[in-house]
Amino acid sequence: MNQQHSDHLLHLLHAHQRQHHFISDQAMIDIASRLKLPRAQVEAVTEFYSFFSRKPRGRFDILFSNCTSCGDAVLMQELCDRLGIKAGETRHDGVVSITDTSCIGMCDHGVSALINDRPLHSIDSNKISQIAALVEAEKPLDAWPTEWFEIDNHIQRTDLLLSTPFEAGSALKVMRDESIDETLEKIRYSDLRGRGGAGFSTAQKWKFCRETEEETRYVICNADEGEPGTFKDRLLLTSHANTVFEGMAVCARIINAKQGYIYLRAEYRYLLDSLEATLAARRKDGLLGNAILGIEGFDFDIAIVVGAGAYICGEESALIESLEEKCGNPRIRPPFPVISGYLGKPTVVNNVETLAAAAGIVLHGERWFRGAGTWQSRGTKILSISGDCCKAGIYEYPFGVTINDILNDCGAERTQAVQIGGPSGTLIDASHFDHCIAFEDLATGGSFMIFDDSRDLLQVIRNFTHFFAHESCGFCTPCRVGTTLMKNGMDKVCSGHGTAHDLDELKSTAALVSRRSHCGLGITAPNPIRDGLKNFPELFEQRLLHQKMEPEFNLDASLEEARQLTQRDDAEAHL
Amino acid sequence: MSKVRVGTTSLGGCFGCHMSFLDMDERIVGLMEHVEFTRSPINDIKHCEPCDIGLIEGALCNADNVHVLKEFRENCKIIIAVGACAINGGVPAMRNHFSLQECLEEAFLDEIGVDNPHIPNNKELPLLLSKVHPIHEVVKVDYYLPGCPPPADAFVKVLTDLLEGKEPSLPKEMLHYD
Ligand SMILES: Cc1cc2nc3c(=O)[nH]c(=O)nc-3n(C[C@H](O)[C@H](O)[C@H](O)COP(=O)(O)O)c2cc1C
Ligand code: SF4
Ligand code: SF4
Repeated sequence: MNQQHSDHLLHLLHAHQRQHHFISDQAMIDIASRLKLPRAQVEAVTEFYSFFSRKPRGRFDILFSNCTSCGDAVLMQELCDRLGIKAGETRHDGVVSITDTSCIGMCDHGVSALINDRPLHSIDSNKISQIAALVEAEKPLDAWPTEWFEIDNHIQRTDLLLSTPFEAGSALKVMRDESIDETLEKIRYSDLRGRGGAGFSTAQKWKFCRETEEETRYVICNADEGEPGTFKDRLLLTSHANTVFEGMAVCARIINAKQGYIYLRAEYRYLLDSLEATLAARRKDGLLGNAILGIEGFDFDIAIVVGAGAYICGEESALIESLEEKCGNPRIRPPFPVISGYLGKPTVVNNVETLAAAAGIVLHGERWFRGAGTWQSRGTKILSISGDCCKAGIYEYPFGVTINDILNDCGAERTQAVQIGGPSGTLIDASHFDHCIAFEDLATGGSFMIFDDSRDLLQVIRNFTHFFAHESCGFCTPCRVGTTLMKNGMDKVCSGHGTAHDLDELKSTAALVSRRSHCGLGITAPNPIRDGLKNFPELFEQRLLHQKMEPEFNLDASLEEARQLTQRDDAEAHL
Repeated sequence: MSKVRVGTTSLGGCFGCHMSFLDMDERIVGLMEHVEFTRSPINDIKHCEPCDIGLIEGALCNADNVHVLKEFRENCKIIIAVGACAINGGVPAMRNHFSLQECLEEAFLDEIGVDNPHIPNNKELPLLLSKVHPIHEVVKVDYYLPGCPPPADAFVKVLTDLLEGKEPSLPKEMLHYD
């Protein structure tokens, strides 16, 4: 078993990108022959993931978040101006490149960017000028102020999961004294449902996997956490990694898996060393490896695979494709991963928080967990709260907490809207603030973004449509084309060129995309527009031109190039 | 009963859609009992009069295409985008991968055998748009008739539906090309 997985295609490409700042054609040929993969596959993978580049990027490669909570286009432009480059380009001297990137999960830290894979937060104008100076002086990152890179957990409210201490091995010891069926029953009675979004019963998933005929099975921890505004898995992996690993081991024992994987988003690469250290400690303590806790036949180990900047790889079947060194295109389901997953073998994919909760349930019993929450949503939910409030950070609440209570706790005032569950979730206005966080009411994977009345909500919605257009994997036409049409539509409306006709088009495109797309990304991509039109129709109407139709582009301007080439400026040369 | 008035035009297209329309063969005789053509390359009438249905083939490539399209929109109750070029830009939009300058230089300056190389600038010629666009980006389009070209049966079906006062709709066989 190769624990390091240093020869995983993604890891080889990462290593090459870090060293040479791009992936050359020759590098792709070399990597392909080293891994005995088709060259086309290596090329496709290089193209697919946004952290790899076929053109040289700067020795300081800056990825500036464009999230509504941890990004800021104006500050990014300021940095570009100071360094004399355009966003998306590499400076001719090869020192620096700046590109925007989807949410990097630093929403509780103010405006943030990744610099050579390290998150740098709390960026303001002042810091921009300091960054620019350090880059110009080509000071290595280790010589930059260390506090710029220190990540705080910002834990604001704890409950079951975060307030109960967890000792490595404690859940496995409880399990040692139970039959496997007893442990599974405990999870079943707890009514634990997946925390990654869909809310599928965890016991049911594990049971399906366990009941398959195959010999080899896998458990995968989904640490892709790509939904903008979500950073609760970051906290769990920072401070509760043992609980998460223990959850994986519990699952492995139940489904009889010998190998587990953590699929870690590239934005969290800075956690890699500490995670590896925790894994090593567990191996040393006999909590990973052969005959765990002396239990005959309980052999299990965990390897970490680092993604490369693709939101779609949070979707479980795309994640599995990515683990298999391919582009992250979602598979056709069924068969579901529990039947045919990683390498075609039965595979459980669970969110980080689900696995941590499972470990807690095994240790403390199902009552500990069932006691909290609502009838259909047992237990607690860890929320990542960001946006316009005094205390952004991590809040663990029992399910059933109302939006009003949350807004009070985090010191949000004059709240115009809340985006629950990230762009793929629900955008609500004040009339919904008496609703609660629960699978049966407002479901969320953890993202909770607050917008007060100073925000231009249309720009927020526009930002989300750009996110989906960028992250669409391109596999199916309704989503690939539709997300771009919705993006263009929102651009037009926001720029003041939209008409009632454009809103009609947006509505019908939104309906088509959500109905016809292949996976959850496309199905949910129209949500911001649909919720916006439903809950904030007046915001759209105020921005419209009162005429039947306005062209999508400036007709006269589109003749300019031809006017120049022909040196004409007569009446017929204008529109 | 007065006849339904139909106008047709080819903007940046290859006339393949018009040829396909004529492929309805003898069925056109029956159709002509109910429709009459205003502006169309079929009868060589150059300007549009108020009419019921406008069938537009081809993409927007130049200023003249824009004028013609707008004239149709102003005069027609219903505009139908016919064929891949009108709907998506189609074949002419393949030039969108290049700049207009590259296209013109390739055609009029650099191509082998070009006599008197210069980029034409006669005022009679409509200027090219910097990019090719589908027609719905400039006017409201009521219906889309896909295909390259759409089969004659599809023309018959859509026109018959409209003549019968129904929402035009194409069965799956007519939308399935592989
Ligand atoms: C576009 C898309 C992105 C997703 N991203 C994540 C993610 O980042 N983390 C996660 O746990 N689940 C994500 N999911 C859900 C997973 O597909 C899967 O349902 C989940 O990991 C199952 O774990 P759970 O049952 O513990 O929730 C995503 C789904 C879609 C459609
Ligand atoms: S819906 Fe979007 S993300 Fe999902 S498979 Fe289709 S193109 Fe890819
Ligand atoms: S759609 Fe096809 S047949 Fe019709 S004008 Fe375009 S290229 Fe010609």
